[in-house]
Parts: sequence; C-alpha cells; structure tokens
Amino acid sequence: MDLDVRGQDWYVDKLVSVLVFVGGISAVVLILGIFVFITKEGVGFVFGPMEVWEFFTSPFWRPTSRTEATYGILALMVGTASVTGLAMLIAVPFSLGAAVFIGEFATGRTRETLKVLVELLAAIPSVVWGFIGLAIMNPLIIETFDVPIGLGILNSGIILGLMAAPIMTTIAEDALKAVPDGYREAAEAMGATKWQVISKVVFPAAKNGLMAAVLLGVGRGFGETMAVLMASGHSINLPTSVFDSVRALTATIAAELGEAPVGSDHYRALFTIGIFLFLITFVINLMADIVIRGGGRKR
Amino acid sequence: MFEATNLNRRNHQIQWLFKVLFGMMTLILIVPVALILGVLVAKGGPAISMEFLFSMPRNGLTEGGILPALIGTMWLVGVALLASVPVGIAAAIYLSEYAPDNWLTRGINLAIINLAGVPSIVHALFGVGAFVVFAGFGASILAASLTLAVMTLPVVIVATRESLQAVPMAFREACWNMGATRWQTIRIVVLPNSVSGILTGIILEVSRTAGETAPIMFTGAAMFLPFLPQGVLDQTMALSMHLFVISNSIPGMSEEFKYGTALVLISLVLLMNALSISFRVYLRGKKKW
Repeated sequence: MDLDVRGQDWYVDKLVSVLVFVGGISAVVLILGIFVFITKEGVGFVFGPMEVWEFFTSPFWRPTSRTEATYGILALMVGTASVTGLAMLIAVPFSLGAAVFIGEFATGRTRETLKVLVELLAAIPSVVWGFIGLAIMNPLIIETFDVPIGLGILNSGIILGLMAAPIMTTIAEDALKAVPDGYREAAEAMGATKWQVISKVVFPAAKNGLMAAVLLGVGRGFGETMAVLMASGHSINLPTSVFDSVRALTATIAAELGEAPVGSDHYRALFTIGIFLFLITFVINLMADIVIRGGGRKR
Repeated sequence: MFEATNLNRRNHQIQWLFKVLFGMMTLILIVPVALILGVLVAKGGPAISMEFLFSMPRNGLTEGGILPALIGTMWLVGVALLASVPVGIAAAIYLSEYAPDNWLTRGINLAIINLAGVPSIVHALFGVGAFVVFAGFGASILAASLTLAVMTLPVVIVATRESLQAVPMAFREACWNMGATRWQTIRIVVLPNSVSGILTGIILEVSRTAGETAPIMFTGAAMFLPFLPQGVLDQTMALSMHLFVISNSIPGMSEEFKYGTALVLISLVLLMNALSISFRVYLRGKKKW
C-alpha cells in the first residue's frame, strides 16, 4: 500500500502558489497596462502635431472647428481646479469635524449609526449626484441667488463636496482610530478634558493620516466625472464668479470621446488629457502613501 | 473636597462647545443628503409601477419602462463579477498568506491604491483602448464589464484580504502542525473561516459596479436599444447610463420618469450596500474568537 501522497499535494501546493502570485501581481500589471494603453494613444499627439507648451497654456479648446481645430486645456484645468477647490473648502473642514465627532465624541449606538450613515452616503453613485445637481440644486440656486443659470462652479462644487466628504470622513476617522488609546488615557490621567486630549494629543499623533485623508479626497474630487459633467454647465470658460459655468478635464473626455473618430487628432488629444489625469492622481496617491508611511517610521 | 476652579469650568465649556460644533458639522453632512433622498422618493415614488419596471421603453424613451436598462445592468454586473472575483480573491490570498514584506508587495499595494484612485473616465479610456479597439471586442457587454472589473478589483482585494487576515494565526499554525501544506491550510481552515467576509466584499462590489457610468459610456452601454442583450458581445442599455441620458437630452421627458429612474438606481445601490453592512455587523456579533 502506498501511503505517500505527499508528491501530489506538493505539486498542487506549488501550482496554487503560482496561481495566487499571478493574481497578486495582476493589480501591478493592470495599472501598468492602463498607463501603456492611454500613453500609446495619446503621447504621439503632444509631441507630434502639438506643442506641449501650447497644449497646457492655450485656453482654446475647439477640437471640432472646421477651419482650424485648436487643442488647449488651460480653461479645462481652471475648470477642474475651481470646482475641486470649492468642493475641498466645503468637504475638508466638515469631514474632519465629522470624523472627530464620530471617532472621539460619539459613543456606542450613536457612533455606529453615524458610521453606517456616512458609509451609505459614500455609496451614492456619481450619476445620481449629477442628477441631483441638475434637477434639485439647479432650481434651488436660481431661486436663492437670482441668477439665470444654476449650473456652474457653485453647483458642482457643492455636489462634489458632499460626494467627497463621506470618503474623507471615513479615512480621517480611521487615522484617528490608529492613535493608540494609551495616549488618550495618559493625557486623561493628567486631568485633560476631552478637547484637550484631541487637540494636544490625538491631532498631532494622527496628523499624517489626516493629511492623507485630505489628499485622497482631493484626488477623488479631481477625478470625478459624471457629477461634474452634469452639474457644471459644461461650457468652456475662464470663470470670474462662482456662478459661472465651467468645463472640467474629466467631463470633456466623457462628453467628447463618443464623437471623436478612433485615431483622429481629437481622439488622441482626449487620451492626452487622460495621461495628465492619470499622472496627477498617481502623484496624489503616492504622496498620500508616503505621508502615511512617514508617520509610521517616526513612531 | 474637590471643587472645580474657573479654569476647569472654562475647559469644560470649551470641550462642550467643540462637541456641539463637530456634532453640527456631522449633521450638516448627513441631513441635506437625507432631505435630497427624501425628495427623490417623494417625486420618483409615484412613477414606480410594474409597468415602469418590467416593460420596454416606448416613444423616444418618454413612455413605457426601464426593463432593458435593468436587465443590462444585471448583465454588466454579472460578467464583471465573473472576471474580477477570482482574480481579486487570488490576489488577496497572495497578499495575506504568501507575500513577503518586500518591495514587490509594497508595489502591489501601491498599485491597488492607484487602481482605486484613478479617475473613472481614465478607466473608460483604458477600456476603449484595450478591450474595444485592441482586443477587438467592440462596444459590447464584455468590454464594458471588463472595464468595470478592472475598476472594482480593489474592492474585492481589500475586503477579502481583510477577512483573511482576521483569521487568527493560531488556526493556521495548528493546521501546519498536522502536516498540512500551505494550500491545504488555506482551503480547509482559512477560507471557510473567512468566506462570509469575502461575500460582504462581493456584495459591496455589486453595489459599486451597478452605479458606475463613465467606464461603460463608450465601452458597451447604449443610449437606447429596442431589444434585450442576447450575449456578451451585444451592446446593452444600463440603468446608470439611462439616468444620464434621460436627465440631459430627451425632449418631452416627464420629471416623474427621471426621478423614478434615479430612485430605482439609488435603491438598488443602497440596498446592496446596506445588505453588505448589516451582514458585516451580524458577522462581527457572531465571531467566536
């Protein structure tokens, strides 16, 4: 009788370890794949028919002009920056405040309920936010501020702020939770009030995590597509007030990719915007990662 | 006895002030959205009927129902899950059970964060470049689902990794001591103890996938199709895309229809999410270790 089945198990074990390794590096392969594919389509454009400098500094985005098509993304960058900026003005203070309340002040059932609510808010799809911007915020802004059109920086900034806030709240709360309870107990034993503990002990210790939360929120707002497309008014504009309509980088791709023939200048220009978006979010994510790690090393 | 000094009292007032302030901030984040959802329910509720849910759209989308969009979303989510769940679980097993702490693992983690952080429209560009044009799938359910699968892969990986890591090390050690190989240990001890956590992650992914619009706009979702998809190489309508289309450009579209579609989509997404959350809470309560 042959009792030695080790051979077969050993091979199965090896096979599985190879399989899961392939799964493991899939994320790396995919992120490289994304970079390669959008670069392949886009990079020949900025370094070919287009001047890189002109691409980034010209405010004229007229890809479908019959006489002379021009591709400049300055106005689009300003659009994205103004919407994201307003969104962060709203989202950063409120989500940090909410994170402190949920993580430090609230207890028991209140805390659990709030956490679940915040998580559900984060799940609302962006197209629904866009619809809210069009159907609910638009008339509201027209009525409140007596302006002709309610789609613009204000509308999309508020929508984007409300969208990014729950995500930032969750990450910031995690950062607060990562501060060891021993720190809090030590401070409380010295007679510190809860607020003193938070401001003097928890905040400094969680500083890096909170910064990462803000960074990731910025990245999220920056890359948001559907909500901004629907709520920003989508007209090319160097804005002068918060009621002005703007167009964002992401929204431009979403609105025009369908009309641009594969391989045309227009198509390649849209991919070039894609490269730009990819690189910026990559840098933001990398910075967030480094910030978090930097905090870990010091301790 | 102890008596509060003025300084004590002031400190406590400050603490109370901040507690109220931050509490208000939390409410300001939650209450307006709750009100908005209330408006959606109030205005969209009357539109919901059997006909709305289960009949084809007629007359330039302004009459009839949303059946092809609902079915299409199910196709997209189903195929996306088939692609991303096996890969995601394998990746999570590698990261939790095999990966040494080295530069490659750090690279994988960074790639996962980035995959989740790349704008959805960039995923769409990738989908067009890689699946529609390069792989030759054309605009189809397959191309759209694969794009969605790439985009939501981090959700499965992160959720699965967390539930694998929640299995105590001692369980594995006990199994190894019996002479089991690594894979036997994973199959017999680790996976059975974390399967419900993995399920939670998959439900969460369904919710994410169903709501996405940008990645499917150019890879397989159509504005209107008079028939239901028959296979993975067909184009399809989708609920999220449908909401985008009707809220923008259709003349003679009734408000009720728009709100109704938004309500169906958000109910679907939030229900899946709530299911995932309550499942998680239930599991936490049941945990024996």
